[in-house]
Amino acid sequence: MGCIYQTEENPHFQYVLGLADDALILGQRWGEWLSKGPTLELDIAASNLALDLIGQANLLLEHAAELEGKGHTADDLAYLRDAHDFRNHWLVEQPNDDWGVTTARMLVFSLYQYCRYEALVKSSDAHLADIVAKALKEVSYHRRFAAEWTIRLGQGTEESNQRIQRGFDMLWRFVPELFETVCWEQTLADDGIAVASGTLQDAWEAEVTLILTQANLSVPKGDAHQFGSRHDGHHTEHLGTLLCELQFLQRSYPTASGAVW
Amino acid sequence: MTDLAPHLESRQPAHMPGTAEEAAIWAVLAEVPDPEVPALSLLDLGVIRAVHVVSPPKEGRGGVAKIDVTPTYTGCPATGLINEMIKAAVTNAGYHDTSINMVISPAWTTDWITAEGREKLREYGIAPPVGSAPSGKAALFGVSPVVTCPRCSSENTEQVSEFGATACKAMYRCLACQEPFEYFKCI
Repeated sequence: MGCIYQTEENPHFQYVLGLADDALILGQRWGEWLSKGPTLELDIAASNLALDLIGQANLLLEHAAELEGKGHTADDLAYLRDAHDFRNHWLVEQPNDDWGVTTARMLVFSLYQYCRYEALVKSSDAHLADIVAKALKEVSYHRRFAAEWTIRLGQGTEESNQRIQRGFDMLWRFVPELFETVCWEQTLADDGIAVASGTLQDAWEAEVTLILTQANLSVPKGDAHQFGSRHDGHHTEHLGTLLCELQFLQRSYPTASGAVW
Repeated sequence: MTDLAPHLESRQPAHMPGTAEEAAIWAVLAEVPDPEVPALSLLDLGVIRAVHVVSPPKEGRGGVAKIDVTPTYTGCPATGLINEMIKAAVTNAGYHDTSINMVISPAWTTDWITAEGREKLREYGIAPPVGSAPSGKAALFGVSPVVTCPRCSSENTEQVSEFGATACKAMYRCLACQEPFEYFKCI
């Protein structure tokens, strides 16, 4: 089955959609911790993180819908697309597993998201620049939260150190995709709209290495990596089951006028 | 003259327009509480960015007004309710055609909470934001602010959690009087 959204078509839309989908899918993953957080405070933190990310996704999806120009709403894009039309990175759709894996992912991703948003504040797409400038305030809390928990678990007990190390080891193969600059993204970057993801890698690596070292953790080695989700709509099996839950109500009780939250 | 109370002057955003009708709407909005922190009015919170009267109510006909509103956090679940409360209050003041224009730039900052609003927060039991919002690149590990206990005024307090019951607050506890309290995060 082919994708509805081919990447060569309207790359500006595709790019903003990718930013939105990263926030939406990771927000949904954080939402899965509700009522299951390791402590009450962390349960509340999880809901706040989810809320921030879904709020960002909402603004970005509204903007994407305008760029698409087909009369869709943000809700249509969230609830009526199938897995192969999502443009998020594979990292964010991976299951939460335990608190170590969830924390490792949040560190990897929020450092990345911070670098990306910080660069996009200068985007020639003024509306996008406004959205990320606002979101940046939230993401600076997220990365501090993730960094503090990485250090706490890394410097904690033997068990907590092993669990968070396992998280980084498991997820490291999804890191190279974050810094892959696809050709249409480069074109958008040349136009001042996007940021070429590859240019963010050095700053990201410096920060993540600093935190892992402080946390008595090792930066995973190995060059096994996986690419692919954004160009051709390929995802891991986990996105489908995530969307089953995210889209269930809308799919089961569709309305004639499109998706309604 | 307008209904604008003298103490309102300090709360007005710098770009507050000066017509008598618009000032009257600002005064109405000064009485609308924030749904999650009702001690604060929407004006205290700094989310009302501008008031435009397109046409005032005249001879029994309703007026037309546009209100610029900014959200505190992108995902703040109170945003929809806040908009409805603004509409209801301004409609009651005779502007039967009231529309809300959501603006996100410049991004909301706790610097916009008025001095009076900060005092109201403290009286309500929430420690107000300390200092000004960080400008430029935020440090990964910022220096934690000294947060004063809203109950006993001790500075001997510690953070329990970066996140609290609403997006805008963190959880603290006072080591002097042992009471837990909320801190309005500085962004």
